[in-house]
Amino acid sequence: MANLKTSEKKSKSQSMGMHTEVLTGRTQQKFFNPDEAENFYYFGTYDVDFNKRTELDVKNMTAPEANKEIDNLMSQGYGTIVIKNPQGKHSLGVGILNKLNLIFEGSLGYFGMGSCDGPIVRINGRVGWSCAENLMAGKVVIEKNAGSCFGAAIRGGDLICKGSVGARTGIDMKGGTIIVGGDAGAFTGFMMQRGRIIILGDVGINLGDSMYDGTIFIGGEIGSYGSDAVDAELTPGDQDWLKRKLKVAEIGENFDVSKMKKIVAGKKLWNYDNLEPTEKKGAI
Amino acid sequence: MCGIAGLIHRGKSSNVGSELQGMLQALKHRGEDSTGYALYGDTDGKNFIMRFKVGENVGEGSSSVMEDISVYDERKKIVDQHLAEMGAKIVKEERTLPYSLRYEIDYDTKDLLEFSQKIESIPGVEILSMGKSLEVIKDLGNAKMVCDKYDLDKLVGTHAIGHARMATESGVDIKSAHPFWGYPFSDVSVVHNGQLTNYWNNRRALENKGMRFMSECDSELIAVYIAQKMREGATLEEGMKESLAGLDGVFTYFVATKDSLGMAKDTMAAKPLVLYESDDLVAMGSEEIAIRSILPQEIDTYDPFDGEVKVWQI
Repeated sequence: MANLKTSEKKSKSQSMGMHTEVLTGRTQQKFFNPDEAENFYYFGTYDVDFNKRTELDVKNMTAPEANKEIDNLMSQGYGTIVIKNPQGKHSLGVGILNKLNLIFEGSLGYFGMGSCDGPIVRINGRVGWSCAENLMAGKVVIEKNAGSCFGAAIRGGDLICKGSVGARTGIDMKGGTIIVGGDAGAFTGFMMQRGRIIILGDVGINLGDSMYDGTIFIGGEIGSYGSDAVDAELTPGDQDWLKRKLKVAEIGENFDVSKMKKIVAGKKLWNYDNLEPTEKKGAI
Repeated sequence: MCGIAGLIHRGKSSNVGSELQGMLQALKHRGEDSTGYALYGDTDGKNFIMRFKVGENVGEGSSSVMEDISVYDERKKIVDQHLAEMGAKIVKEERTLPYSLRYEIDYDTKDLLEFSQKIESIPGVEILSMGKSLEVIKDLGNAKMVCDKYDLDKLVGTHAIGHARMATESGVDIKSAHPFWGYPFSDVSVVHNGQLTNYWNNRRALENKGMRFMSECDSELIAVYIAQKMREGATLEEGMKESLAGLDGVFTYFVATKDSLGMAKDTMAAKPLVLYESDDLVAMGSEEIAIRSILPQEIDTYDPFDGEVKVWQI
């Protein structure tokens, strides 16, 4: 079982507040080494040329047909693909493990861009529930509003919504950054474990309920705090990072980050993981 | 998982039967055990329109009991007798299916409670809707099947709500299908997506106040709850706001009256809803594809937040 050391700061990510937990267990020492990148092969990926551009009209396609065609275009080396007429279809753009410029000229339904690793995506419309669920890396920008469970369980990458988002934004997120230009609903950051959430507007009730780690920044009013979510000091380092992140995200560039509230885990739940199964039973 | 959809045209009428059919058919993957429509048609407002059933659809998948068609005929005869006794004159009669009827009635009353109780005292008879504009049509199957069966795509009106049902809490039958009429209020209807966890407590309390339940579907509670609030003097919006605290569970529901359409979402926002709002049209559904079926062009939509209640007028 991994050991938890709360006082020791071992990496830049930890000092930046991305996570404060230091894992020293054996499995944690097997991190990916960037020097070995050339030996690393992702099944189902292609070499693409960003200057090679094409359009795909999915009006009369089902989601599996559209996704298969995107894969086919990547296999032909297309690095920039513009999707026409998505018209709120579910599950578009899922499972892309490539570097790719993907542009949707319209809105997506549920589960859009789920389980992706690497693409740069711009959606010139709205997205439904669970957009970019399990995102590993890359950047997804939504120009309008998003539904609930926005960025559920993302591991990495940047997920940006310029409008407002629904409830449970960043539920169970384990890394990466979610940025929202408008308001967010109830249970934002519910059970989040790592990563950061930035909401420039207001949030609903139970913010950060049962969050284990990670950081939430709120620019507007907070409906109420969830269990184990507490205020923390907004440091100059936080403010610098927020300014940079908002600039890169092309959102709220002139926003006064010094007035943002920072919310972290109260860490009452931390000891739970140290217990043996029989002790856990007793603790529930 | 069920799907709900609704739309209201402001300042004009449209082919709401066809529009709602398209919206509900787009949601058929959320459930096609039954589909129901509450359509608010253009009428002269003189007569009541009563949609009622004298039996059930016992087709494939139904949990209803098979009855001989002669039983339906006998029940219809008793309904006619009761109407005559109450001084209600049948102006127009349509029998779309052996068990499903539509009457236009010349009847002068503001209190439909006594009227409804008398009609529904006939075993096997249920009033699906009663109003000067409202018509509730519900049956087994998906939106297109029900629309075709009842010839709904030509209906012109101002607003409509509908429901595509995946039966989870009660049987696959018409009595458990949505929309529910807000008995005994003229022109009130409800559709719901979710589960209510304090159904029985509320039901017992409302039954003690004289309200009636025709099914064991938890969603029926919303119609009765709102109707009771309005009976006590609350406006539609006030009743809906009170429901956020009075109803436990997860829900998104729509209520429609003769001239308005409202939506409410529970405080956990556990059930989906996408909303499009413009000066002349409001359209909403469990998924954006429902709205896309009538507005294929690029539009701005959003999810209402937790605990939000909205009401629009025609």
